[in-house]
Amino acid sequence: MYKQSSLHSSAGTRHGSRRAYLVGFLLSVALTLIPFALVIFPALPRTGTAWLVVALGAIQVLVHLRFFLHLDTAEEQRWNLVALIFSAVVILLLVGLSLWIMDSIHHNMLAH
Amino acid sequence: MSNTVIEKDVAHTQEHGHEDAGSLSVFGFWIYLMTDCILFATLFAGYAVLRDSVAGGPSGVDVFELPYVLAETMLLLLSSLTYGYAMLAMNRGQQRQVLRWLGITFVLGAGFIAMEINEFHHLIAEGHGPDRSAFLTAFFTLVGTHGAHVLTGLIWMAVLMVQVHQKGLTSTNATRLSCLSLFWHFLDVVWICVFTVVYLLGVV
Repeated sequence: MYKQSSLHSSAGTRHGSRRAYLVGFLLSVALTLIPFALVIFPALPRTGTAWLVVALGAIQVLVHLRFFLHLDTAEEQRWNLVALIFSAVVILLLVGLSLWIMDSIHHNMLAH
Repeated sequence: MSNTVIEKDVAHTQEHGHEDAGSLSVFGFWIYLMTDCILFATLFAGYAVLRDSVAGGPSGVDVFELPYVLAETMLLLLSSLTYGYAMLAMNRGQQRQVLRWLGITFVLGAGFIAMEINEFHHLIAEGHGPDRSAFLTAFFTLVGTHGAHVLTGLIWMAVLMVQVHQKGLTSTNATRLSCLSLFWHFLDVVWICVFTVVYLLGVV
């Protein structure tokens, strides 16, 4: 059964310290400014920039999960994490397969 | 409310019935957020499929203003920090501090919404409304759904500020503040995906 020792140990409230929030915030700002700068002042080839932007976005999501939503692998957080991983799989299937299917249709209908 | 039922149930088996029901509520809210994630994923999938269907109208490069979006993003990031400080104040039991940080968070969130409404108004006034092309329909749906969530969060925050002001930091209010905390940080995560996929990849 899902159980947590006290109210204050729930996700979103755990491990809170001013320092941790500030570190998370500064990391987020850096991970926002870099991709915006890369796109506004293009220096790299287009595909390279696109992949870099996506990678930085993914890292920023992880930073938020860790520093703001306080998600980690601790025992009492297990079910939060399981729910998140399950959703991530569903999202991956949903978005990935939609793009794959529509791209195939696009090719097969228009290419010849 | 169903909350009370769980509370009574748990109170039978456990000494700390109230607190456990609180964390159970927060976990239940987390599950709701995961379903919300999937809602956003479908909108993202729709956008990704339709982004090139501009019907002779403008594409992302023509309509997105990145510095403006950067300013919106900064407002939202800052509001996540100030909400975090509100939670820290709540853990220390400092009611006035909680209300102060919630107030600042509210102003930042309202600023974000105002900027977004202005952006939408500008687009529609230029004839680039959601009826122009499939790309713009998908854009308005995705970004608008996020905006509607932020607006809901703001209304919730205002109600909670009144409740904290009137009843103090009771454990019920603490549970509510924890749920809103998850909601608010979660909307920030969704926004990261929005500015990455929609704005940055739309202009790159």
